[in-house]
Amino acid sequence: MLDNLVKQPMLWTSALTKQVNTGDKQLTILQHIDLQVNAGEAVAIIGASGSGKSTLLGLLAGLDLPTSGKVHLDNIDIFTLDEDSRAALRGKVLGFVFQSFQLLPALTALENVMLPLELTAVSNAEATACRLLDRVGLAMRLHHYPKQLSGGEQQRVAIARAFATNPKLLLADEPTGNLDSATGVQIIELMFELNREHGTTLVLVTHDEALSQRCSRQIRLADGKLVQ
Amino acid sequence: MLRRDWRAGELNVLALALVIAISGMTTVGFFADRVEMALSRESNQLLGADLLVISSHPVPEQYAHEAARLGLSVSTVTKFPSMISSGEDNLLAEIKAVTEGYPLRGRVDLAGKPSQAHELQSETQALSRIPQPGTIWVDEKLLTRLDLKPGDQVDVGAMQLTVTELIMREPDHSVGFINMGPRVMINAIDLPETGLIQQGSRISYNLMIAGDVNQVQQFRDWAEPQLSKAERIEGIRDARPEIRAALERAEKFLSLAALASVVLAAAAIALAVRRFTQRHLDGCAVMRSLGASQQQLFYLYLYYFIALGLIASCTGCLIGFASQEILAHWLTGLVETALPWPSWLPAIQGMLVGLVLLLGFALPPILNLRSVPALRVLRRDIGLSNAHSLTGYLLGLTALSLLFIWKAEDLKLGLYIVAGFISAIAIFGCLGWLLIKGLAGLRHQAGGAWRYGLASIHRRAVSSVLQAVSLGLGLMALLVLTLIQDDLIEDWHASLPPDAPNHFLVNIQSDQLDALEEFFQQHAMEQPPLFPMVRGRLIKINGKPVSAEDYADDPHAARHIRREFNLSWADQLALDNQVVQGNWWDERTTESVISFEKGIAKTLGLKLGDELTYDIGGSHFSAKISNLREVNWDNFRVNFFVVAPPGLLENYPVSYITSFYVPPSGSAMIHALVREFPNILVVDVAVVINQVQQMIQQVSRAIEFVFLFTLLAGFAVLYAAIAATQDERIHEAAIFRALGAKREQLSRAWAAEFAILGGLSGLFAAAGASVLGYVIGHHVLHLDYTFNAWIWLIGFVAGMIGVLVAGLLGTRSALSTPPLLTLRKIG
Repeated sequence: MLDNLVKQPMLWTSALTKQVNTGDKQLTILQHIDLQVNAGEAVAIIGASGSGKSTLLGLLAGLDLPTSGKVHLDNIDIFTLDEDSRAALRGKVLGFVFQSFQLLPALTALENVMLPLELTAVSNAEATACRLLDRVGLAMRLHHYPKQLSGGEQQRVAIARAFATNPKLLLADEPTGNLDSATGVQIIELMFELNREHGTTLVLVTHDEALSQRCSRQIRLADGKLVQ
Repeated sequence: MLRRDWRAGELNVLALALVIAISGMTTVGFFADRVEMALSRESNQLLGADLLVISSHPVPEQYAHEAARLGLSVSTVTKFPSMISSGEDNLLAEIKAVTEGYPLRGRVDLAGKPSQAHELQSETQALSRIPQPGTIWVDEKLLTRLDLKPGDQVDVGAMQLTVTELIMREPDHSVGFINMGPRVMINAIDLPETGLIQQGSRISYNLMIAGDVNQVQQFRDWAEPQLSKAERIEGIRDARPEIRAALERAEKFLSLAALASVVLAAAAIALAVRRFTQRHLDGCAVMRSLGASQQQLFYLYLYYFIALGLIASCTGCLIGFASQEILAHWLTGLVETALPWPSWLPAIQGMLVGLVLLLGFALPPILNLRSVPALRVLRRDIGLSNAHSLTGYLLGLTALSLLFIWKAEDLKLGLYIVAGFISAIAIFGCLGWLLIKGLAGLRHQAGGAWRYGLASIHRRAVSSVLQAVSLGLGLMALLVLTLIQDDLIEDWHASLPPDAPNHFLVNIQSDQLDALEEFFQQHAMEQPPLFPMVRGRLIKINGKPVSAEDYADDPHAARHIRREFNLSWADQLALDNQVVQGNWWDERTTESVISFEKGIAKTLGLKLGDELTYDIGGSHFSAKISNLREVNWDNFRVNFFVVAPPGLLENYPVSYITSFYVPPSGSAMIHALVREFPNILVVDVAVVINQVQQMIQQVSRAIEFVFLFTLLAGFAVLYAAIAATQDERIHEAAIFRALGAKREQLSRAWAAEFAILGGLSGLFAAAGASVLGYVIGHHVLHLDYTFNAWIWLIGFVAGMIGVLVAGLLGTRSALSTPPLLTLRKIG
């Protein structure tokens, strides 16, 4: 039973293509990407800078529209939905960790974590957020603004926020890119721990080979194409 | 760099704010300038010219020569009293001998040939408007009293003239209250033949001058030092205090409108500059890290802003000029005046305002920009120190204040407005800060959208206060301009209602009072209030004899000494008078005191406590000045320069004066009055009243149009305010969207923020506008201002809805930007 669940694809794409117009010519960023990520899996998308990793991650989350192709997230063809429905789906299913944290500067640490809970009208938002911030070691900094936190602390808040809605899929985009290596290691540890605790599926974008090895599977991108 | 930024769209907001602000302001400036000129030209019709040189001997040739040299039109009028006979009947009349060209302004209306209102005065029409040699034009009084009809002969001195026309109205008829007897007009060519010009005759020689405003002023400046004691110069403002007061008030209204647009311009620029600096932080940090010195950065931006300022100001001025031209064309269809060409002053003002405001508000942020830490290249969250912000706004405000005082062309008005705005900024700023801090505490109790709205405002506290203050000021300017100005204009209208007195009766004797009352009853008219009047010449000030020679350098003052003063008495202060210094007397006072009109006291150099002695028919009357009064001259009620308490003047020879309204159809009643009371002088000021009423109409209409442009400037402020936080919002939107927020949730949060901001600005604006309206009404325009309670509701609702709608429209693009784009750009 559990095996069946695990084998079920959490996410799959077919012929996913993204092109952009740069004045006179068309630039292909992603070309016919077919991939599948099963529930509970931890997959690393690796590739050099400019290989299309972040674009792919954005499309997987429905943050941008593809030129062609499909993305199925939790058995839903997300590009048949309008932007608002995609946002609602993200709120329910997805968690995000960004390279540059992307906390809202107007909100305190606690409010930043509460934000996705409130957006999906979860009750007990504050208690949940407090618990998560405590879990990431920031119990003492609930009412601090992002500006008052170090990079590592900001990313911890971002991780707490990502897990707040108990997402099925966590998307992480170079989560250690803006941190020094010691802090980066701590952050990665924390992320994987929480991932295990919540049984979340993980898609991690990185150019760090060592980090990618911590995932169960690696997908390599080069010039917008899957190379393995 | 300017070009690069322009291409990249970085300059949109700043340039647009500048251009809108300057074009709005110059439109208003140009237009107000033209309306002002048109108003004074129209008023000059009451004088028949732009300027008169009046002399008791023939006006020296040099004046006409100089006028001709300056390209001005000239004409002469010679006035003197003489007997006119027809058969056995004689009548003393005022004879007016005119030369070709008379009148230089306005028209002579003849019976049966009313002039066309829209008819433009041309050379030939002017020529045809004076009597032919050998003929005489007479007025109605003479016609009835001598029982004449056209074609009859009358004797004027040694000459016989044929009556050809009946004069209904001459433009310069109502100027001066002297000589209200019958009037006739002859051609100056006939003057020598009448033999009436002799040594010792009481003759007033007038040289009429008209032409371009600047040339007329140039002539006046040249002529004034040349005047001998027997000569004087008069413009309409010297001749009629009512017109002067009305013109000045009209000018104040118009400059108020222009000033409001300057405030709006300043607010828009201050906001736009802030966004500009935020956006240029990165560039500066990179330049700093690449080795640019602070000085290099400073000059780079200084030149940048000067270039931007010049380009935007020129564009703004051009647009301003074009739109005022359209406005003027449109409006000339509505008013009867062909608007004169505007002066260049508004353009120069526009350019200067653009540059001064831009540099005033931009320099401090530039100072901040150059000190951006190079470390920002690595850590984007390192921002700017706000060290120079305060000095910045102070500098901007000082620049703005100086501009105000200059543009108001009235130190008092300028200072009031500056003081008003500066205190408003200070109070709004403090209140805004406190409110925002206070509201922030509420966000834990507030749910959903309100929480994010409040959090956003709180986090951008400085920005939010700045936005609320700028929007508040903008809205305040608009409120002052619309509601309050409406109220003030209404009050002005009310001070001169359609039934304002348009006829004065002078020289009513005590024994005629009963007969007069009966006369009014017979004609079913209410008896108007009668004011006692004693005529006396001022002979001593503080015991020292005074003569016209003591005021040799001030002909205006000298004239008052030469002429007789009208003294009156009253126990109560007239409703339209206001004591500005000293105190009005107690009813039972027995002291020998008088109340003096402020303006004339200033002219004669009198102050409280001075003892004045008057010669009243040979007896002397002395009294001390116990208070100075301000008198509303433009409401046409009977007013006196000198008023004493009852009991002091009753024993001197007294006559009475009154004023009342006669409808246009009431001329028969006036004729009856003249017949029944031949000694009473009837002064018809209907033309002057019409003129002032028309002026009020035109100013109201002009202001309505001008308002459209101020409104446009208001939108510039709103746009700049919304755009100032646009970048942050796009980022915010991306995060919200990534975390699963629906558009609706996000727009609700923003709506909450805009509503709070707008409501706050609206309240600020209402408070400011109420106070400013009171101050302007009371102290500058001398009108009673009644507080308008609606202003609070209108301010609050207009602020909230305005900012809400503009904010949501302005952030629409932020909502529809794909989140990934933004997040990647930021990351």
